[in-house]
Amino acid sequence: MSSETRDKPDAKYREDEDGGPNPEKDCGHDRGGMGEEVKRKEDRRFITGRGNYVDDIKKEGMLHCEIVRSPHAHANVESINTERAEKMDEVVAVLTAEDLAAHDLATMPTLMDDTQEVLVRDKVKFQSQEVAAVIATDRYAAKDGAERVEVEYDTLDPVVEAEKAKDEDAPVVREDLDQDDNHIFTWETGDEEATEEAFEEAPVTVEEDMYYQRLHPAPIETCGCVADWDQDDEKMTVHMTSQAPHAHRTLFSMVSGIPENKVRIVSPDVGGGFGNKVPIYPGYVVAAAASYVLERPVKWVEERSENIQTTSFARDYDMTGRIAATEDGEITAVDVDVLADHGAYNAAAQPSKFPAGFFKIFTGSYDIEHAHGTVDAYYTNTAPGGIAYRCSFRVTEAVYLIERMVKALAQELDMDPAEVRRKNFIPKEAFPYESSTGWTYDSGDYERALDKALESVDYDELREEQQRRIANDDDKLLGIGLSTFTEIVGAGPGKQCDIAGVEMFDSAEIRVHPTGNATVRIGVQTQGQGHETTFAQIVAEELGLDVEDVTVEHGDTDTEPYGLGTYASRSTPVGGAATAVAARKVREKAKSIASNELEVAEEDVVWDRQSGAFHVKGAPDRSLTIEEIAGASYMNSPPDEEPGLEAVDYYDPPNMTFPFGAYVCVVEVDRETGEVDIRNFYALDDCGNRINPMIVEGQVHGGVAQGIGTAMLEHVTYDDEGNVTAGDFMNYLLPTSMEIPEIETDYTVTPSPHHPIGAKGVGESPTVGSPPAVVNAVVDAMEHAGVTHVDMPMTPDRVWEVLDDAGLAIDPAENMEFDIDVEDASADD
Amino acid sequence: MTKKEISLTINGTEHELEVEPRKLLVHAIREDLDLTGTHIGCDTGNCGACTVYMDGQAVKSCLTFAVQADGSEITTVEGMEDHPDAGMGESDLHPIQEGFREMHGLQCGYCTPGMIMSARALLEENPDPTEEEIRESISGNLCRCTGYQNIVKAIQYAADVMNGREPPESPVEHGEAAEPEAASDGGTPMCEADDCCMDVDTDFEPPGGDHK
Repeated sequence: MSSETRDKPDAKYREDEDGGPNPEKDCGHDRGGMGEEVKRKEDRRFITGRGNYVDDIKKEGMLHCEIVRSPHAHANVESINTERAEKMDEVVAVLTAEDLAAHDLATMPTLMDDTQEVLVRDKVKFQSQEVAAVIATDRYAAKDGAERVEVEYDTLDPVVEAEKAKDEDAPVVREDLDQDDNHIFTWETGDEEATEEAFEEAPVTVEEDMYYQRLHPAPIETCGCVADWDQDDEKMTVHMTSQAPHAHRTLFSMVSGIPENKVRIVSPDVGGGFGNKVPIYPGYVVAAAASYVLERPVKWVEERSENIQTTSFARDYDMTGRIAATEDGEITAVDVDVLADHGAYNAAAQPSKFPAGFFKIFTGSYDIEHAHGTVDAYYTNTAPGGIAYRCSFRVTEAVYLIERMVKALAQELDMDPAEVRRKNFIPKEAFPYESSTGWTYDSGDYERALDKALESVDYDELREEQQRRIANDDDKLLGIGLSTFTEIVGAGPGKQCDIAGVEMFDSAEIRVHPTGNATVRIGVQTQGQGHETTFAQIVAEELGLDVEDVTVEHGDTDTEPYGLGTYASRSTPVGGAATAVAARKVREKAKSIASNELEVAEEDVVWDRQSGAFHVKGAPDRSLTIEEIAGASYMNSPPDEEPGLEAVDYYDPPNMTFPFGAYVCVVEVDRETGEVDIRNFYALDDCGNRINPMIVEGQVHGGVAQGIGTAMLEHVTYDDEGNVTAGDFMNYLLPTSMEIPEIETDYTVTPSPHHPIGAKGVGESPTVGSPPAVVNAVVDAMEHAGVTHVDMPMTPDRVWEVLDDAGLAIDPAENMEFDIDVEDASADD
Repeated sequence: MTKKEISLTINGTEHELEVEPRKLLVHAIREDLDLTGTHIGCDTGNCGACTVYMDGQAVKSCLTFAVQADGSEITTVEGMEDHPDAGMGESDLHPIQEGFREMHGLQCGYCTPGMIMSARALLEENPDPTEEEIRESISGNLCRCTGYQNIVKAIQYAADVMNGREPPESPVEHGEAAEPEAASDGGTPMCEADDCCMDVDTDFEPPGGDHK
């Protein structure tokens, strides 16, 4: 172990008695196993500039693909003239829908079994949709060529909002589906009759409209690929920005007809994904088709505007929530109606049996007897979606709904929002808990998390400060927002959850080499989560190896076992479980070899986790490490055992995992400007056992930043003509280092009882849990004046309008002190 | 299109290039010189993934034509290991690079080279910046993974090393400890040690999915 790569746990960490790992305790966990802060193994290539992202790949004879896109949101394509482009020396080919149709590639399936044109033949359905592709010898020439493709359009009236798409007279987006309206599906959950009855009987009911705006995951690396058809081997290799390389291989094979053993997907270093890189996009198919036709490698890499304007958006749920309760705040029922905009194609990326994803988790952390919900989804002339942006399939929308409704109920009852939550939490004795919408929550202790959160932020003092400011008529109001969310992550089980029919299991293969170190190949795919470190830690823990002696490989379908990929926080719950189980299979075989080596019966060999070795029962000095056993497995294998020491596991989880958290956001709202300043953000996450606390905290920081972006800045907007008006980083605003405050992280540990290492996953919790905390805080600051809701993003102008309507706004002019003598000033005129 | 001859000194090596006048500096660096550590994230100068250090300043190379850089001295992330300050910390790398690793200042790594170059420009000008100054200096570099918190710590780490102070060993923070018995619910003890640090049952057999 090198001191350069491994660090001693810091003092604070050692003192921890919070149920998390405590390396100071004498149990031998100092090999970089579970719970240790191991610095990341993958970092060196990134900090030296030697990462290998898709756009870094250069191949002999490689061509560049530029896509010609429609300036209109809704238009018939009258003609496409490619002549001027084709005359350019550098342009090798111009592809249109006709060319793709010749290879049966004119359309592709979306992950929700809709059909999307790869290149438009008849009718454009959203702005920037793909119409033609120019393949040229260099990036600039490809752009020049695209400028020279002449497309004639006959424009049609677009329908841009779901609300308008409902109208009988609305333009029809999808005539190709043989329907005369824009309706996609109506989904329903829960017991409507019982819920309505509960509402009728309830002394207190609250209703609130809220719009979860259209977002884009916007990883800093856009989508792209290098497709390379090898005519000699008849093999297609695609290096692509993929969160799910194996699923993409299957889809590529299904779409192209190329046998799956002749398709290789390599996902090299991926510059962030957040759900954006789960679907297949037309650009990938065009590049592959071009490579096939031209027999040369073809690169396609999006510009930022193409990324935001055409690849899958997230959210866009227009929700009406209702909550019913007793006078002392016991929630008896919750109901929600959602109007969902899916854009021009139903291109959500979620298990196929869940058209509204896992939205039915909207009862949250609360024991609510009656629940009912509907989602009505519509096509519009906007980009297709909506995918799960750092989210398990609409859990983000569900958590926002319930956490906002609980706050609204507290306001109606004039109760403290913390008390309403406490009163309605699913008690810790109730786990496993069956929710009224049909989930089985694995484990939780919500009250402990809330208590710790309130104590940490000194909640009572904050409430006093809030009242003091109101009493003093301060220019800045204080708001305290809570979010005590429950997540649902780690899909499968395979029988419930699939992607394009493939069950959502995941896999790991461990090979222990003759010299005692190990290579682990996993089916999940990192986009920055640090799998090369955390998965090595799991194996180090299970096999008593040093983390430095374990190498993790991922992202190449030719070598890795089949997996469904990384999204919806499923890597640790599913892939991590597969890795632990594969390691235990290795250990099982190692035990048999140990018995042969130690010349005792197998039942007399015991595994000692402290030393990371087997020893003879009652004789700890007669021991063998996995390193030693590995040698024996290749060089002195027992007569009744196969040589070698390796195992593979395909893990189908018995249930999802249910991480949770208690977040507190403290804001100051400026009554003059409407500006919201996040003074403090406290995030307590319980993701069960933590494999690497440093990485867990990093995930929380990043997710909270995204949640703050959601709450304060981000919105993919359209005008009435269907033009994207926030389609680049000048208008789609990502938070910078100036908007994100220092985030205070904290944790409790409630292991998942069905997971081999008690872990639950954490990546998406902060993105899911933080937006309602921020909105609740802003509403909280103004609730004394009757404000019950502010829609996201809470830009200063929007907040100022709410302040103004509530009579809280201060006219900036009132506070201005003019030094200018008015008479003198006018004299100057 | 007519090409123009230019000379760029990158990471100490002089390169003669023929480029179209419209060619962006970032493409000259990435595609003509194969230095792919400098990235492209937005095309509009907002994200800063393309930041290089040019003639004493952090410059967004996607907003600069290669011909504008004619005669310039440029450092990209690939040149940081050869910087005179490299090796000041515990590794052979520049303290800024080391700080990013030690403080977990990167996740996907895509914005990291631009962040490192912005940090270098800051520390050249202001060797011991405050947190606010660090935040302001990287406000032209977008990161979607880290929430910036550990990037700030990474740059503070570098400032510590370069100012002869002992940098922190870890970015990990915890709140106050809760009641110690709390961890035992939902799981079973893992190792035979009475005082084990973890709460995991390693012999646990998962119940299996519906079809197992």
